[in-house]
Amino acid sequence: MSIIKAETHPLDDYLRTERLPHVWCPGCGIGTVLGAYLRAMKNVGLDSEKSIMVSGIGCTGRTAGYVRMDSFHTTHGRAIPFAVGLKAARPELNVTVFSGDGDLFAIGGNHIIHAARRNANITVIAINNFTYGMTGGQLAPTTPETGITTTSPYGNVESPFNLAGLIAVAGASYVARWTSLHVRRLEKSLEKALKKRGFSFVEVLSQCPTAYGRRNGMRDPVDTLKYFQKYAVVKNHVNPLEGVIEPNKPFILGEFVDAPEEATFEDKLWELTKSEFLHTSQAERSEWIIEHRRHLEILSRIISGRGEDNEQS
Amino acid sequence: MATESKTEKLLQKTGASLPRGEVYLIEDRCKGCGLCIAFCPKHVLVVSDRFNKKGYHPPELVEEEPLNVCINCGFCERICPEFAIFVKEKKKEE
Amino acid sequence: MSKDILVGDHFLSGDVAAAEGAIAAGCRFFAGYPITPSSEVAERMARRLPEVGGIFIQMEDELGSMAALLGASWGGKKAMTATSGPGFSLMMENYGLGMMTETPAVIVDVQRGGPSTGLPTLLGQGDVMQARWGSHGPYQAIALTPESPQECFNLTIRAFNLAEKYRQPVVVLMDESLGHLFERVTIPPREEIEITDRKILKDKNRDIYEADEDLIPPMPPVGEGFGIHVTGLTHDERGYPSINAETQERMIRRINDKISKHAPEIIDYEEFMTDDADVIVVAYGITARSARRAVIMAREKGIKAGLFRFKVIWPFPSERLEELSDREFVVAEVNNGQALVEVERAIRKRAIFVGKMGGEPHRPEEILKGIEEALK
Repeated sequence: MSIIKAETHPLDDYLRTERLPHVWCPGCGIGTVLGAYLRAMKNVGLDSEKSIMVSGIGCTGRTAGYVRMDSFHTTHGRAIPFAVGLKAARPELNVTVFSGDGDLFAIGGNHIIHAARRNANITVIAINNFTYGMTGGQLAPTTPETGITTTSPYGNVESPFNLAGLIAVAGASYVARWTSLHVRRLEKSLEKALKKRGFSFVEVLSQCPTAYGRRNGMRDPVDTLKYFQKYAVVKNHVNPLEGVIEPNKPFILGEFVDAPEEATFEDKLWELTKSEFLHTSQAERSEWIIEHRRHLEILSRIISGRGEDNEQS
Repeated sequence: MATESKTEKLLQKTGASLPRGEVYLIEDRCKGCGLCIAFCPKHVLVVSDRFNKKGYHPPELVEEEPLNVCINCGFCERICPEFAIFVKEKKKEE
Repeated sequence: MSKDILVGDHFLSGDVAAAEGAIAAGCRFFAGYPITPSSEVAERMARRLPEVGGIFIQMEDELGSMAALLGASWGGKKAMTATSGPGFSLMMENYGLGMMTETPAVIVDVQRGGPSTGLPTLLGQGDVMQARWGSHGPYQAIALTPESPQECFNLTIRAFNLAEKYRQPVVVLMDESLGHLFERVTIPPREEIEITDRKILKDKNRDIYEADEDLIPPMPPVGEGFGIHVTGLTHDERGYPSINAETQERMIRRINDKISKHAPEIIDYEEFMTDDADVIVVAYGITARSARRAVIMAREKGIKAGLFRFKVIWPFPSERLEELSDREFVVAEVNNGQALVEVERAIRKRAIFVGKMGGEPHRPEEILKGIEEALK
């Protein structure tokens, strides 16, 4: 038995195959995560004609260029507000933001917390490779303490963001974290994220052998994945504030938040445009708003691990 | 490996068989990263001596019955960042 | 009466008139961030847009506002934001993305005194060059400069028409004094308002950045199976990144040419008593009102003065100014000489500059002094 030569791949319908091979380095995890995303799309039967991908700048920002759907490669950090504008204008479209940790949490940090606060009905996939890969491996807001980068040559003295914790507290309806090794669970989680009405966020820890791994004892892509294998602890519905990642210590993967669905930002914006809404009294309008408000007390119970949701795990 | 021998014992006891898969490769998409090789639970892939068009060594199959055979788990397909490798269920030969 | 076009005579500020112009033009999306002296535009849009089925979002900052605008524009909406200097600076990033991706959008910039936080509640005209060159790289700006609330209404409609036609962000350069100036604004019936909509791509097999003869590619719709890719990277006709000098030359030259070749259609200015004028005052926005008075005062003193007023400042009406270059020139603006350099370039000689750093409009006497100096 030998490997059978093939011309096409099962995901080719979802890819701009004419643009392959992609720009990512050998062993980079972005392609793996994109594969998981496309499988999840396929599994939930998402119509690719009605699906939009928006990316920012950076290695992960290049993702939009490889998917066979309407896709936008925007400016650095602005994928989220671009997506928020597009989704508000066309709420019937499925809008996914696929971008990196630096793009979403450094230069774009303000936008992501506000999109989560508003419960914009978009899915955000954040590939966290702990560095700025495209520019050659500089310090990121996710670089672990002691991490060597070209701009922290003596070891990172800053504390990294706990992305899942930050976004959970900002008000996201769905928050999960996986790695590029946990591909099956990632795929299932992405299915949930895609189906979730409201702001859903999936962080995927991934290897950057070229720019980060090389300087931190993980030159081979396999090294980082072995690291993930060794230290990842899968635990669902843990308080996301416990999701800190420290070097050479166990870290938590899993679903942190899966909140009950509520009216989304777009639901509310479009309600405002209805004449029955505009022509009611202010008291009635306030009543509608209160009725459709976000249940932040429930969300905070879920986040703190005191919610009913916690018992499911 | 302990788990494999356990599985093997169980299979022998029950007379059940593992699913079998066929491995497919779009050779020129491969960048030789080795993830499929490192993480194949059945260790059926190795680095080949060949070069593809881009100068990388694509994987090749080394199946050794009865344990090191492709069981169609699809992990190589999922871990591959290049959309190069995939598996299909092998139809049983009657 | 229809809700989108409030036909009749109104007493409106420049800010509110610009908002009404936007709605009359078909604007159905606004994303913005409050900033003096433009906030009244956002406030009016927040009240008015839901009434006409439009979406208003107050974003977290101007970076996000401009990005949301482009997203909504690709979603098929006519989209606008309003800001002032500090916010306009932040918008430069996606002003550039709008140029590169050829995305229609309108920015109302109600200028205040700068640099930096400057004079939040007082006027300036210091964003003229920023509108032209504020984002990096080669592109051609379109910017309109109304002088009255009525023109704020009219020129905001035109800004939308130009944005839709030429597929790029268009700036309405107002100023604090004009934004807060109340005057009568006549809103005409729908049939008297000319509206231009973007060309829509219908053929799914055609490359999305393949331009028509007019150098403007029809805009593909999203969510209809075109599978478009839109990027801020230099891209080929398919929309795919193509990082080389040849594509840069071809594609970026086209997005520049699509404006410069149509400049005669875009350019608009007013000439007041220039026919026999020995000296021409060039001014725009609120300054043009002082300049007009100065010209009349000069005529009363027997000086043959005239006014040349931009309604569209970018593209710049260099050809017409060159034709007039046998006259003497005075340039008045509330900055340290921005339109001045373009005027001098067009007339190939020096002009008398009557500038102010900002905070108050010119007194006609200040400009009159310039006129007299020009004739010395």
